[in-house]
Amino acid sequence: MSGLHELLLLCVVLTNFWVLGTTRLSSTIRATAIQGALLAGLPIALHPGWSLHTVGLAAGTFAVKALLLPAFLSWAIREAAVRREIEPLIGFSASMVLGAVAVALSFGIAQRIPLQESNSSLLIPVALATVMVGLLVLTTRNKALTQVVGYLLLENGIYVFGLSQAERVPFLVELGVLLDIFVGIFIMGIVVFHINRAFDSLDSTRLSELKD
Amino acid sequence: MTLGPLLSLLLVLAVAPVLPGIATRTRAFLTGRRGAPVLQLYRDLAKLLRKNVIYSRTTTPVFRLGPIVSLVSILVAATLLPLDGHTALFGFSGDLVAFTGLLGLGRFALVLAGLDTGSSFEGMGASREVTVSAFAEPALLLGLTVLVLATGELSLAGMLGEQLAAAWARTLPSLVLAAAALFMVALAETSRVPVDDPATHLELTMIHEVIILDHSGPELAMILYGQALKLALFGVLVVSAVVPRALLPSGMAALALLGGLVLIAAAVGVVESSMARLRLNRVPQFLVAAGALAVFAVILLLR
Repeated sequence: MSGLHELLLLCVVLTNFWVLGTTRLSSTIRATAIQGALLAGLPIALHPGWSLHTVGLAAGTFAVKALLLPAFLSWAIREAAVRREIEPLIGFSASMVLGAVAVALSFGIAQRIPLQESNSSLLIPVALATVMVGLLVLTTRNKALTQVVGYLLLENGIYVFGLSQAERVPFLVELGVLLDIFVGIFIMGIVVFHINRAFDSLDSTRLSELKD
Repeated sequence: MTLGPLLSLLLVLAVAPVLPGIATRTRAFLTGRRGAPVLQLYRDLAKLLRKNVIYSRTTTPVFRLGPIVSLVSILVAATLLPLDGHTALFGFSGDLVAFTGLLGLGRFALVLAGLDTGSSFEGMGASREVTVSAFAEPALLLGLTVLVLATGELSLAGMLGEQLAAAWARTLPSLVLAAAALFMVALAETSRVPVDDPATHLELTMIHEVIILDHSGPELAMILYGQALKLALFGVLVVSAVVPRALLPSGMAALALLGGLVLIAAAVGVVESSMARLRLNRVPQFLVAAGALAVFAVILLLR
């Protein structure tokens, strides 16, 4: 157990727990920003040697996931004037326990996945754990903005998974994915804004009250 | 048996009352005040020891036993820790459970004494104290489990002594996570912010302070000293988990321990000045987070 990339991956899991445990939306967004910065460091830590591929990927990830999206989400909560996730479907302590279970499960599953040797034994389990935590946040939180954060976590997990195969995935594909995420979050932010305008609240459970 | 464990036990017993002083001093410094002297607790203890004990007419012997059982159980727990970095005074295989149990026994005795006064406020405090400890204990045991798995030892002396030094390089991330979890548990067990506030004197919000409200004189001194000692013991746990003291010569090990304890106390002060106290229904979440950190460390080790 050593190396910068393992440290980064551990911190990624810690930010997952952070997202699960906080009620304050601004703190949740800060957690995703930090996670984005950690993910940006990963390609460089995994593939030492400065190739255009890794540096470009790192720079793009940092710009989108650590700067643009968090700034945009902070703008959205300021506009919508929401501060806290009040009543998630599953309580904060319970979701923290579920998060720990998810991490345990993903470490268990990762050993059984027949994948080619990747650079780090931690990559796959951390990727799976991040995907599961993202799914948990996406499904159990009521505020539309927290759900966007859940989606972002889910995508971060997929990104980590992609890193294990980084030599085989062309640069353009990854940049395309980044762009997709950016546009996706952007649209979601606008949707959030409109939900807020229409219902005076970001509670997505109220979307079921839609009538013509 | 060599002199080392005994001497280091005496050392820790002697310096324990400094730690709350350092914590409050740090807090005062960071909030721009001067604060009480670092050695204030020694003076308080000396003052309390000269005073009489006053018992309410509603109390029974349970009330008188509370402080004694509490202090003695913490003292016995102290003998299980390898304070000099090598061996404990009375270590045995599986003593981590005894350690947790002894701390629980001390808390239980104080809670019973609080209930014995018949005051409704103290009953409330007792219920809260027990709730907090119900969440703190699993986290503590999980944190210790990390050390067990990292070293393959079942005694505190082994898992914090030479074996830890051997496992240190391999398992550092897990140990750091475990130390963080243990630090969070320490904040809860010693009734500091963000779980409890030692400075508050409003009965509705106090947890630990309210159950010792009726104690006076030497008995209060015992409780205060026990609380300081508990902080010192948790400090020893945290410091030992991240610094392999068995590798250092004995003088250096003692210095490392003292320096670590001062740092831990200062960290408690930093937490107290930078965080508000958590709402009561958020306290379990804080401790569950500590447990989750420990679980994560366990998973990393089992991988």
